[in-house]
Amino acid sequence: MSATALRRIIFTFVGIFLAAPLVVVAGVSVNEKQALTFPPQGFSFNWYQQIFTDDSWRAALINSVTLAAASAALAVLMALPLSWFLWRRIAPWANVFRLLGVAPFILPPVITALGFLTFWATIGAYGQPWTAAISHAIFFITLPLVTLSLGFASIDRSLVEAAATMGANDRTILRTVVLPLILPYLISGFAFAFVLSLNEYIIAYMTVGFTMETLPIKIFNALRYGYTPTMASVSIFFVVLAAIIFSLIARFGDLPKLLGALSGGDK
Amino acid sequence: MRREPPRSLADYAPIAFPAIMLLVFFVIPFSTMIAVSFFRRDPAGFYSRDFIFDNYERFLSAFFGGVLSFSIMLAIVVAIICVILAFPFTWLLSQASRRVQIVWLVAILSVLSLSEVIIGFAWTTLFSRTAGLTNILVWLGLMSEPHALMPNFGAVLTGMVYQALPYTILVLYPAIVRLDPTLMEAARTLGSSPLRSFFNVIVPAMRSTITATLIMVFVFALGSYLLPQMLGRPQHWTLSVLITDQAIYQSNMPFAAAMAVFLVLMSLAFVGLTLLVGARKGAEA
Amino acid sequence: MSGLQLQDLTKRFGSVNAVASVNLSVPQGTFVCLLGPSGCGKTTLLRMIAGLEEPTEGAIVLDNKDMTGVPTHQRDFGMVFQSLALFPHLNVGENIAYPLRIRGVDKAEQKRRVEELLELVRLPGLADRPVAKLSGGQRQRVAIARALALRPKLFLLDEPLSALDAKLREAMQVELRQLQQSLGITTIVVTHDQREAMTMADLVVVMGEGRIRQAASPIQVYRKPSDAFVADFIGMTNLLPLKGNGDLLGRSFPSLGMAVGPRGGHLSVRPEDIRLVSPDQGTLTGTVTFVRDLGGTIETFVDVEGTSIVAVTTPRERTPYVAGDNVGIHLPVESCVVLKG
Repeated sequence: MSATALRRIIFTFVGIFLAAPLVVVAGVSVNEKQALTFPPQGFSFNWYQQIFTDDSWRAALINSVTLAAASAALAVLMALPLSWFLWRRIAPWANVFRLLGVAPFILPPVITALGFLTFWATIGAYGQPWTAAISHAIFFITLPLVTLSLGFASIDRSLVEAAATMGANDRTILRTVVLPLILPYLISGFAFAFVLSLNEYIIAYMTVGFTMETLPIKIFNALRYGYTPTMASVSIFFVVLAAIIFSLIARFGDLPKLLGALSGGDK
Repeated sequence: MRREPPRSLADYAPIAFPAIMLLVFFVIPFSTMIAVSFFRRDPAGFYSRDFIFDNYERFLSAFFGGVLSFSIMLAIVVAIICVILAFPFTWLLSQASRRVQIVWLVAILSVLSLSEVIIGFAWTTLFSRTAGLTNILVWLGLMSEPHALMPNFGAVLTGMVYQALPYTILVLYPAIVRLDPTLMEAARTLGSSPLRSFFNVIVPAMRSTITATLIMVFVFALGSYLLPQMLGRPQHWTLSVLITDQAIYQSNMPFAAAMAVFLVLMSLAFVGLTLLVGARKGAEA
Repeated sequence: MSGLQLQDLTKRFGSVNAVASVNLSVPQGTFVCLLGPSGCGKTTLLRMIAGLEEPTEGAIVLDNKDMTGVPTHQRDFGMVFQSLALFPHLNVGENIAYPLRIRGVDKAEQKRRVEELLELVRLPGLADRPVAKLSGGQRQRVAIARALALRPKLFLLDEPLSALDAKLREAMQVELRQLQQSLGITTIVVTHDQREAMTMADLVVVMGEGRIRQAASPIQVYRKPSDAFVADFIGMTNLLPLKGNGDLLGRSFPSLGMAVGPRGGHLSVRPEDIRLVSPDQGTLTGTVTFVRDLGGTIETFVDVEGTSIVAVTTPRERTPYVAGDNVGIHLPVESCVVLKG
């Protein structure tokens, strides 16, 4: 069997496995009636409209997007000075903070979630919407931290030296050379954190689960009371949103490099 | 620009904000959780301060022992299946053109970012009687009437492999992309078939990467808590499910904290193992 | 005294002396080449002058002003880096205007100066081109233009031509020298290429193991090397072992013995100074081992008492020898240099 044929078989298998549940969900999301049937009976985009017209779904969507934007922004605001400091200064002790930034992402999320739950409960802030934003920012700081560290590492230090010989001080160098060069990494760090925060369930649930509904919480709650096709349309909406954001990162940045491959060749 | 140690207070300024945030909102919550694991449950509130080992003792019962061994077994099976599927796939992906790679990476990232809720919902639909896989088999005439494929262990396993597979691919990707392409070519020029070269050359060369990936996927799978609930029966619930259950529904935060501390220790032990494998790999290189 | 003075300049990395007490005086308007093998400390020396490395000891004085503690961005020196360090996020014009822009020079003046500089480096009209769309030689010129934008008092270049192919490099050497002469700017170039140094420099500073081995005009360094290291590094030479008693490859020359001193040393003779004659007429005799006819020149390798001597002749002088021929070697006294140690 040739290598090409083998590749086709394996790619097809993985492709079907990854796509199958989404295809079925996409199918049921365009059902005309409120029934869980596949292949779909009739065709309608009603359930997609529902996301924006139904008050509770729209509120959940707004909650989720607000939470994701706020937490991703906060995560970037923390990751940027931290990664800059690690790049600019010789300070081995500061790597402790890099480790702290990566730790919550490696451990099972339920642990971080419970940590936040006990913490917010102890200081009496349990259930406040802003606690979810801070919790997500801490949980997802890993992503901008990793992309920004990559970005800083990719800056040729002679560029900075050249700027200095031309009369730029530290602050000017940061503004005119460093920030423009790491902007793509900053944006992709934000985008990664944004998409994952949008989809995150357990931390949102443990911190604000009883006071605020994000979309994942809303879907799960709705599932308990039975099926409604809006959950299918929301799911597809999220997949498409994620695909668009990641495609944009790939279009304007170097996706293989961001994911750890060597700098993009022209293969 | 020289990289130099910070000298003045102003040099330290940039790290102040992230450092304080991480200390206040990660280190303190984490410590709080450890402290709470020694507290006493208070049915009226969250907990009352104390220093007892009851929460850890309770954990040593047959029931929780059973849940723990099931969680570990499930995570190991998921890790093995994912690596077996992901390794050849990722290797073939690394051989593909840059454009093909990017399309796949976008797709894989999109699936990876999917909420566990959505994955669970998608698979319950696919395994359902009315909209599921069996309808296609009926339509093809391979089955007389559709039926539900869940809840059972197979459904839980499928859902978790689906969740962990993109993660596995992305963990393997950097190591495999950096693999020297001449390695395979050398094997080919020596007359080995592609399949044999893959197993005799690529797999042994990546042994430590594979071990590290197995452990990372194992820890990732330990974190799954919605899929066992949505696709399985109560006997398929994992430690993560029980922690959530105790913390939210049984209002027993101290006991949940004790289980979480245990889960941390276990995860850390495995992450430490990964680092050890990585260090040995570094020493070999 | 105007110009640049380096006084006892030293840089230690741990216990290693990268640059060891360098003293050098460079008059205003001089073109200096720091020449030496890799790792000899020449780049570290240049970076100290630019303020990119802090000297462990010593001082850098420019026009009677001590610059040693002045931070890089306040020195106002122009520098071209080995990697060229063009900003990838800026186009050609923006790169050249960078030092003007961060000083708040107004837009119209920036534009005028950029055009003037592009004219100077013979790239008129390329201001809007992205840096990535330039050829190697064009990038080189942009880097030079950018470094000159502020009319610096000192122009520093770190292996500026190393990325170019041989032909372009030679053309750029000439161009750079002409540019420097027209501007009259004190210039220091780091290079490991002795041809480059010979082409451009007023003053060649040969460095080895962190020290200055010789600082002199190119022809002086070539004709009168101060030691075997310099003689060997600059161009091709024959270093013949010379004993303290005047013994040179089996023959005795008491006058050479007097010159080299009791501890012996080497006699350096350039290949083009050697004349091949009939065996009975030569200062030394030997056997031809190999002949390399390069068309324009012929290199003849002669074995004398186990030492290989190379002579370079042109085809017009005589027809080539063949391996195995017995030849005499004539060493003209005026072109032999006695090197002690």
